[in-house]
Amino acid sequence: MDAIAAEGLEKRYGEVQALAGVSFTVREGEVFGLLGPNGAGKSTTTRILVTLTKPDAGRAWVAGRDVVREPRAARRALGYVAQASGVDREATGRENLTLQGRVQGLRGRELRARVDELLELFGLAEAADRVVRGYSGGMKRRLDVALGLVHRPQVLFLDEPTTGLDPEARAAMWEELERLARREQLTILLTTHYLEEADRLADRLAIVSRGRVVVAGTPEELKRGLRGDAVRVELEDGAGGDAHAIVSRLGAVLEAAVDGRHLHARVEDGAASIPRILSALEGGGVGVATVTLARPSLDDVYLHYTGRAFHADDEQGEGR
Amino acid sequence: MSEMLAHSWFMLVRQARNLLREPVWIALLLIQPMIWLVLYSQLFTRITDLGGFGTDSYLDFFLPGVVVMTAFFAGTWSGLATITDLDRGVVERFLATPARRSALVFSQMMRAAMQAGIQGLIVLVVGLAIGARIDAGVGGWLAVLAAAMLVAGGFAGVSHGLALLTRKEATMIAVANFIGLPLMFLSAILIARPLMPGWMQAAARFNPVDWAVRAARGPALPDTEWGAVLLHLGLLALFVLAAGAFATAAFRAYTRTL
Repeated sequence: MDAIAAEGLEKRYGEVQALAGVSFTVREGEVFGLLGPNGAGKSTTTRILVTLTKPDAGRAWVAGRDVVREPRAARRALGYVAQASGVDREATGRENLTLQGRVQGLRGRELRARVDELLELFGLAEAADRVVRGYSGGMKRRLDVALGLVHRPQVLFLDEPTTGLDPEARAAMWEELERLARREQLTILLTTHYLEEADRLADRLAIVSRGRVVVAGTPEELKRGLRGDAVRVELEDGAGGDAHAIVSRLGAVLEAAVDGRHLHARVEDGAASIPRILSALEGGGVGVATVTLARPSLDDVYLHYTGRAFHADDEQGEGR
Repeated sequence: MSEMLAHSWFMLVRQARNLLREPVWIALLLIQPMIWLVLYSQLFTRITDLGGFGTDSYLDFFLPGVVVMTAFFAGTWSGLATITDLDRGVVERFLATPARRSALVFSQMMRAAMQAGIQGLIVLVVGLAIGARIDAGVGGWLAVLAAAMLVAGGFAGVSHGLALLTRKEATMIAVANFIGLPLMFLSAILIARPLMPGWMQAAARFNPVDWAVRAARGPALPDTEWGAVLLHLGLLALFVLAAGAFATAAFRAYTRTL
């Protein structure tokens, strides 16, 4: 049985078609990433799967429960950690966990033991009886995740688990999540707009763009699926548009996109292509600051399947 | 049903604990009624000369009014807590669990009612200490507190319903002021009914705040008409049910917009 199955999910908010038919499946015990820029539809998909939002069309199951027809059964099987924390800041960590456990049906000794266990697991034992308002960003986020786990759900949903954390807290959270995935035999669905995060944590991932899944697979599969090498060129100011036109004309260039001052291009043979790209840019009067050559990354996978640079889409989505 | 009550209780414990953690709130919640009780009643001591108060002591007349007023305002403003919970994602966190939806609303109404009961009791004790009296004794105390709890619970339902519909703190504050002050002045909280202009007396008939005043003041003054007290407590109970239905409908409307 699939831990999560989504079939043709559609959702419209006023004029905005947030989801235009999202389908994917997640196997039991897997860490699955929904990767996409801001505004792509990742959060809407998650909110439908955790029963907060009803889809306009399509169906979905979590741990075999239909999220629209049997939401209460689905809620017992899933844990949800929202993007906007949701922790009660005026209560202590222990009180937050205890209340969450109670509404999930835990009582008495079992509840107390589970709360202690989670406080220990997430390094919050010392801060357990302090009011959450005084917690650091990383501690608050760890408490969020603990809240989602209190009833030992079969499937955990993490919506942007590290957004807003500083790099150090982010790295710590990644380790925490990796440990969790190994230990609790849990299925995890996480959404992220950090390519690095998806690459590191997800066993498989689906790239979401403009309300659709454009491609799914393991990060390795997706990257291997792209031939050639990735070339990144940092341009001198203000030459983005020209650079794109110049480079796209070259025969060896498979695809190219511009994101601010950066030109991303995927080419058949990096070593042979770089001199040609540079001389073409020079001939076109475009100044170059730096050039790097690498194996294709998820950035290039995104470019390949959507025709756009990931970061450019991400910033555009943020403006909405 | 029992699950609903259990969940309401868990939520109620959370709210009560958070409230008790902020002693400033407790102080604020008590200081204001004390100012009304002590200063306002002194200021208007002579007003009973106008007649129609059913007593010579404005303090006796005003004491149940202060209890009702405190309870009414506590209910009206309680929806701000829901705005905070909405903003911080607390409501959504509970919506993704099997927590009973109605418990989220009822716990807030119960919290407001309990808070009004405790505040009311303290106000009564202080009132008696400075020389006021409740004519009907223990039964009178209970009637005053019942009226306070019902009016607080009812207006809390209205307030939380509006919070779920407007979802903005500024709008809530405007609405609370817009309903709060007129409803207070369209009741006999501050002054004897016969001294109110005719149209205000007529409007007061449909005002739950005035129902609470009638239920609370009857037993406080001599010649209590218990039939009228019970009638108005009954009307208040209906008001609480209607407010609960409104808040629940508002909650459903809110979840549909997610």
